[in-house]
Amino acid sequence: MSTDTPSAGADSEPMSEEALQERIEELEEQVASLETEVGDGQKKMTIVATQGTFDMAYPPLILASTAAAFGWDVVVFHTFWGLDILHKEKSSDLKLSAVGNPNMPMPNALAALPGMDRMATRMMEKRIDENGTATIEELIELSLDQGVDLQACQMTIELMEYDEDDFYDGVTTGVGAATALQHMAESDIQLLV
Amino acid sequence: MSEAFDITETLDVKGASCPMPVVKTKSAIDDLAEGEVLEVVATDSGSMSDLKGWAAGTDGVELLEQVEDGDVYKHYVEKTA
Repeated sequence: MSTDTPSAGADSEPMSEEALQERIEELEEQVASLETEVGDGQKKMTIVATQGTFDMAYPPLILASTAAAFGWDVVVFHTFWGLDILHKEKSSDLKLSAVGNPNMPMPNALAALPGMDRMATRMMEKRIDENGTATIEELIELSLDQGVDLQACQMTIELMEYDEDDFYDGVTTGVGAATALQHMAESDIQLLV
Repeated sequence: MSEAFDITETLDVKGASCPMPVVKTKSAIDDLAEGEVLEVVATDSGSMSDLKGWAAGTDGVELLEQVEDGDVYKHYVEKTA
């Protein structure tokens, strides 16, 4: 068993210095190309926004505009009721639901009365104004200015019978689940709101 | 408050709350040249943590100092690249 050992070394000739140098250069190139592939360190975030109530419009927009301030590449994919956030008319008329929120200072039986959603929304709008919190429209403009890609899902645009012109200028239309998934796969952070 | 640096520009975000102090700071920093210092004046108490986090996670900026001055929070950010 052990008799072959000395001759085995003779079969695999030691690499010449030149060949070694070549191999090192090859590996260096490979490392460099892998480093570029891994990226320039820019983080990516994809948020899927599915809700169209007043309170649920804020988190995706606040996170998106802040992430853009970090220099991240940000996509917010709006689908179903989330489309209303990007809808020029509807975005200024999003409602807070007074029903089903145990933190509302009124019982559900009262909250279900007509006009209660509007009242709860007005109260929240007033608080937002007093607190110096930006409006939804301001956050949309801010996000677009900073290069956030606000996308409106094409399938739900048609489902809701919206028109592409109903959305703010700068909103990306004509995109679907595959586009969203592609961004998610490349993202460091993926959120469903 | 021994400021060992010259302030190039002051950004007033008093009254504005999250995410405005950070977002506006980023825009203002973009307009500065390397080595220049931005003073950010805010009333949002969350800006102390938020600007620190933003500066730590962002290339090309350095948070030099944060000062709490009564109701006002002052942040000094240098553009380093």
